[in-house]
Amino acid sequence: MITGLAGTRNKSRTSTRRGIKRLLTYLVVLVGAIAMLYPLIWMLSASFKPQDVIFTSTGLLSQKWTLSNYFDGWNALDYPFSTFFTNSLLICLGAVIGNIISCSMAAYAFARIRFKYKILWFILMQGSIMLPAHVLIVPQYILFKDLGWVNTFLPMIVPKFLATDAFFIFLMIQFIRGLPRDLDDAAKLDGCSIYGFYWRVVLPLLVPALITTAIFTFIWTWSDFFTQLIFLNDESLYTIPVALRSFMDNTGNSSYGQLFAMSVLSLLPVIAFFIIFQRYLLEGASTSGLKG
Amino acid sequence: MSSTSTKLKERTEIKTRQRAGHGAKSGQQSHTPLEKKENIAGYVFLLPWFVGLIVFMAGPVLSSLYLSFTNFNLIGAPQWTGIQNYITMLHDPNWWAAVRVTLIYVVVSVPLKIIFALLIAMLLKQGLYGLGLFRAVYYVPSLLGGSVAIALLWRELFDTNGVVNQALNAIGIHITTSWISNPHYALATLIILSIWQFGSPMLIFLAGLKQIPPEYYEAAATDGANAFRKFFTITVPMITPIIFFNMVLQMVGAFQAFTPAYVVSDGTGGPLNTTLFYTLYIYQEGFGLLHMGYASAMAWGLLVAIAVFTSLAFLSSRYWVFYQDR
Repeated sequence: MITGLAGTRNKSRTSTRRGIKRLLTYLVVLVGAIAMLYPLIWMLSASFKPQDVIFTSTGLLSQKWTLSNYFDGWNALDYPFSTFFTNSLLICLGAVIGNIISCSMAAYAFARIRFKYKILWFILMQGSIMLPAHVLIVPQYILFKDLGWVNTFLPMIVPKFLATDAFFIFLMIQFIRGLPRDLDDAAKLDGCSIYGFYWRVVLPLLVPALITTAIFTFIWTWSDFFTQLIFLNDESLYTIPVALRSFMDNTGNSSYGQLFAMSVLSLLPVIAFFIIFQRYLLEGASTSGLKG
Repeated sequence: MSSTSTKLKERTEIKTRQRAGHGAKSGQQSHTPLEKKENIAGYVFLLPWFVGLIVFMAGPVLSSLYLSFTNFNLIGAPQWTGIQNYITMLHDPNWWAAVRVTLIYVVVSVPLKIIFALLIAMLLKQGLYGLGLFRAVYYVPSLLGGSVAIALLWRELFDTNGVVNQALNAIGIHITTSWISNPHYALATLIILSIWQFGSPMLIFLAGLKQIPPEYYEAAATDGANAFRKFFTITVPMITPIIFFNMVLQMVGAFQAFTPAYVVSDGTGGPLNTTLFYTLYIYQEGFGLLHMGYASAMAWGLLVAIAVFTSLAFLSSRYWVFYQDR
């Protein structure tokens, strides 16, 4: 690439130089990739090692392998991890459905309908993307406490049905703007109402953006610690992140193997999503700065 | 790609469209039935968002401002104390520790993360075999990094018998203390954790680097420019909007980091407050000690800090960010 024109002048020499350069690039990229993954691979390997070996054997491969970390870890707290997985899944499911419905409605209004003071609401919506959660959390806690919602899943789900993740509104607006205007005219000629157009034309075409929204909502909610830590105090309602952290507290340094086993399990759904929806994820991440 | 410029474009687009709408309206005395219908439909579709805005955003922002001028511990009514909380803040050594720790974290981790992201993106953009795989591998830490599981892992990696000390041991450096309980290095481990997650800005750089026309590099090559010159005179100027975008995004995120500090320090912010992130201190005061008024005042401090830093970034962008369409 760099030797594009020079190559015609002195083919053989530049091509060896190019070869060496490519080889070096591969080497750096490969070593970097291994370094990036090493902590994860180490955790995976530690989760299969007996407790007494984890910190004494340096290598990834151990003489002794065991699955007991997984079985013992699963039942190490007062409730089995299946409870925490179910709780996390329920919250994620609620958040995903909420975001898809509410954000697509708001995005449709901003992108395709003409109404009074739209520009004002649009600016407010954009401004709310930057609002740090920590500024809202104290009053939200007081509000949810008054409503009796602390120690329920509602604080994590209800706001999503009210389009509070403005980032996804923005993402969908971009997408709807890309749909041809002729669609609107054709629909109008066919006697399709504004509501019908949303339901029958926009939503089906919006599916890729809805998938991106669903994936990122799932991953963010799955990994979210701050809100779940604040609103869920009853162990039967713990989600995976809160349960992992309480695991650390309860067992201290005595059961790293189990801790790692449960940590590995907690990451599996995210990794599965990544593998299945790689295209949407990487696209979303590289075009709009969506972070995992 | 450059979201700021597209945002600007959108805003003007909406404005012109609205103006056109107004023009049509002023021609006639009353609204046409269609306009009325659209008006109603617009607000119907925005209804959930409106409720959310009022109940979960605007309401809390304003009441947190009010609470910041009161003493409130969830029992009884908030007591008005004027600017007392803000004065307390300025005399609170823990608050200053939190400010210091957070600023160091932001100022060190954000640029390093962006430099790594750009370097790896430069290597990857050369069209390697297995590009897709490498891209995915480098992105995975970004995807998982914010989770409690990874923070727990980090805690162990840098512990007394952790992988880091084992590796150092193997090359002859014997360290028998834990990095995370050493006040000199505890914050550094969190900075490394943040840098490890450079994958998401890297993907944005990769997308941006593809947009640079290859003719520019070809022209530079005929003029005999070497790789370094090409990097600094073509690549960097061409992607300043992306550097800017990544910088703002990472900065806003770094100011709000919570999970790693909470998990690695066990909620204490220790040793000696060296990992007391600002958000962690808000959490301790608000939800540990139920000083809701004080926590609100600190939260407003964070809001102002983020606003100031973001505006400074936007102001400085005039001098170093080049948009092609200008």
